[in-house]
Amino acid sequence: MTGQAVPLMPETRPAAATPLLSATDLRKTYALPHGRTLHAVDGVSIDVMPGEVLGLVGESGCGKSTLGRSLIRLAEPSSGRIVFDGRDITTLPERTLRPLRQQMQMVFQDSYASLNPRRRIGDLLAEPLRVHKKPGGQKWTSAAIAARQTELMDLVGLGHQALERYPHEFSGGQRQRINIARALALSPRLIVADEPVSALDVSVQAQIVNLFADLQDHLGLTYVFVAHDLAVVRQISTRVAVMYLGAIVEIGETDAVLHRPAHPYTLALTQAVPRPVPGEHRPTPLRGDVPSPISRPAGCRFHTRCPIAQDRCKVEEPALRTIGPGQDVACHYPNHWAD
Amino acid sequence: MPSNAPAPLLDVRELSVSFRSRGRMIPVVERVSFTLHEGEILGLVGESGSGKSVTAMALMGLIDTPGVQISGSVLFQGHELVGMGQRQLRRLRGSRIAMIFQDPMTAFTPVYTVGWQIDEQILAHERVSRKQARARTITLLGDMGVPDPARTADSYPHQLSGGMRQRAMIAMALSCNPALLIADEPTTALDVTVQAQILDLMRNLRTTYGSAVLLITHDMGVVAETCDNTFVLYSGRMAETGPTSAVFARPGHPYTAALLASIPPMDGPRPHRLPAIAGLPPAPLERPAGCAFAPRCSYAHAACLPAPPPALVRVGTAHQAACVLPLEGTPLTPSVMGRDAA
Ligand SMILES: Nc1ncnc2c1ncn2[C@@H]1O[C@H](COP(=O)(O)OP(=O)(O)OP(=O)(O)O)[C@@H](O)[C@H]1O
Ligand SMILES: Nc1ncnc2c1ncn2[C@@H]1O[C@H](COP(=O)(O)OP(=O)(O)OP(=O)(O)O)[C@@H](O)[C@H]1O
Ligand code: SF4
Ligand code: SF4
Ligand SMILES: [Mg+2]
Ligand SMILES: [Mg+2]
Repeated sequence: MTGQAVPLMPETRPAAATPLLSATDLRKTYALPHGRTLHAVDGVSIDVMPGEVLGLVGESGCGKSTLGRSLIRLAEPSSGRIVFDGRDITTLPERTLRPLRQQMQMVFQDSYASLNPRRRIGDLLAEPLRVHKKPGGQKWTSAAIAARQTELMDLVGLGHQALERYPHEFSGGQRQRINIARALALSPRLIVADEPVSALDVSVQAQIVNLFADLQDHLGLTYVFVAHDLAVVRQISTRVAVMYLGAIVEIGETDAVLHRPAHPYTLALTQAVPRPVPGEHRPTPLRGDVPSPISRPAGCRFHTRCPIAQDRCKVEEPALRTIGPGQDVACHYPNHWAD
Repeated sequence: MPSNAPAPLLDVRELSVSFRSRGRMIPVVERVSFTLHEGEILGLVGESGSGKSVTAMALMGLIDTPGVQISGSVLFQGHELVGMGQRQLRRLRGSRIAMIFQDPMTAFTPVYTVGWQIDEQILAHERVSRKQARARTITLLGDMGVPDPARTADSYPHQLSGGMRQRAMIAMALSCNPALLIADEPTTALDVTVQAQILDLMRNLRTTYGSAVLLITHDMGVVAETCDNTFVLYSGRMAETGPTSAVFARPGHPYTAALLASIPPMDGPRPHRLPAIAGLPPAPLERPAGCAFAPRCSYAHAACLPAPPPALVRVGTAHQAACVLPLEGTPLTPSVMGRDAA
């Protein structure tokens, strides 16, 4: 599909050890009626390395979308620090931030809501090009825009005929291709994809997951890939971060986190995924629901559902610490896996 | 059927449903047949728009869209439901057949407590006092794994979490001990850890309540873990049906095989690319005269194209697929299953 793809950005990448994006003690709170506060993102520190796919998983309401949006300042963090490509962008005014915005794009779950139904696909793709300048500082000419539109349609596997049509004329999977094309228009370096395949049927989901992977191969993109489907995240990610009630409870290499989970929540989550293999024994599921982020439990935030919680867990909050190569966990009693 | 086999609880024969739109009839569900026995869990799977919900609504007599055409036969405990009067159907639905939906908010009225609403359901079908009804409600909620069921009964729907509401809805559905429970995507809106709890509960229904379950889902993982038998719908037509273990281990229809192959694996090596199925299922009016899967099938050949669509043929014990390959003696080879989008 993307066989003819050409790299759209210069081959110069920062040294592997420097994160493309780095967040430190990021918090996002929402003020609620009656003076209550909701801690949607509750002290997250995370490095996104250039060229990696960082999967962000966790159950509904744990703060994945809020974190994803805060990382690229589509939501204003309440506190903490964000450094993008060596530059502190935490408090940059919108005007100064704008040239950097081109390099950080977002793709959402709802492929329909994010496309203006009254605009043709061609216009939707041209829009960001008209707003922003080329990397060199010149404006996009009409000819350059036309060439770019065709190039983008090729990249996402839709023909240029699509440019003349309207969003409602496309299926959910095709609309997601259009959203991806639009996110790519300005040759970003980082894409935050928030549940980009969750609304799609498996057969179409596989097409879009492959598209994400191909684009990453060809364009050297970096993704933060938010999803609640662990199998999808496993397929696409180089590293996985597991969130629970606003915090990262485990982060590390995909295989380590998903196959040798150190945190009891990660373990329960991986075991709860229904496997398409009949007759497999499934362990007793985790009891109870995720507590409210308004009154999160003291001590370890998972202790109300944790099957191995001790007294200490009710009072002392475990910090995220490294327990093995490429694996960090926030638990007093992490699992150790014999190899 | 051998004469000593028990008659099925539900026997659906050639059920078709068409809707009228702009002067044309749109054949949404075409000649679907299946049986469901007492205590059995049957999974009805298919992609969005394949006709799963319409099938379920039709067999419960719940479609009243003007101009709808429903044909075929639905025998429930020996009674024909197609063409049955609405009053009789309603009585059946309240007592012998129950249905639960993806969104539990639709099952409950926001202005009454969930306990009150379950009590009402019991009172409508049984001569018991409100107090006795409430005791039953609390037992039912407890059976569904609701902690502190008495307090939960006194809660309003919006005060409960999604998982708790889903349990309350299942409790309400089971309040009259239905012989058949139809569950349309009952866990799709839930998180996996809560989904696992609800699926556990569904599996236990047959032992504790003896109910048969028709479980509608698009999640092959949910089917594998929960259902005795599986029925795959593709674009309104039956693609495959059989024991879940056989359908997953030896799919007889290329669509089932390709669908299974396109699911990213949770265990074992990660494929570099997922074997995706190119294209999309056809809309009802664009459905080919022959096999509906032909435009996406890597095995499609001349025999697949002419009308009528391939009939179900036996591919194993109680296992059938609607494909020409088994009769031609061509086995499915995993390597050519599923091409990627062009
Ligand atoms: N604008 C807002 N005002 C108040 N609360 C909010 C707002 N946006 C999000 N929240 C709350 O913040 C928490 C985190 O929400 P968020 O959408 O980030 O979760 P999520 O992990 O993306 O969930 P999902 O999987 O359901 O998308 C939730 O409790 C949510 O209700
Ligand atoms: N009342 C109606 N009038 C006309 N068409 C309808 C009606 N109800 C459903 N349809 C059409 O019938 C087809 C099958 O719909 P159905 O809701 O059964 O799909 P489904 O398999 O349940 O999908 P999903 O997984 O999205 O719930 C769809 O194309 C739908 O648009
Ligand atoms: S710190 Fe304690 S409660 Fe928290 S996950 Fe670890 S063992 Fe469980
Ligand atoms: S009948 Fe032909 S097109 Fe249809 S599934 Fe079988 S091989 Fe494929
Ligand atoms: Mg979200
Ligand atoms: Mg449906």
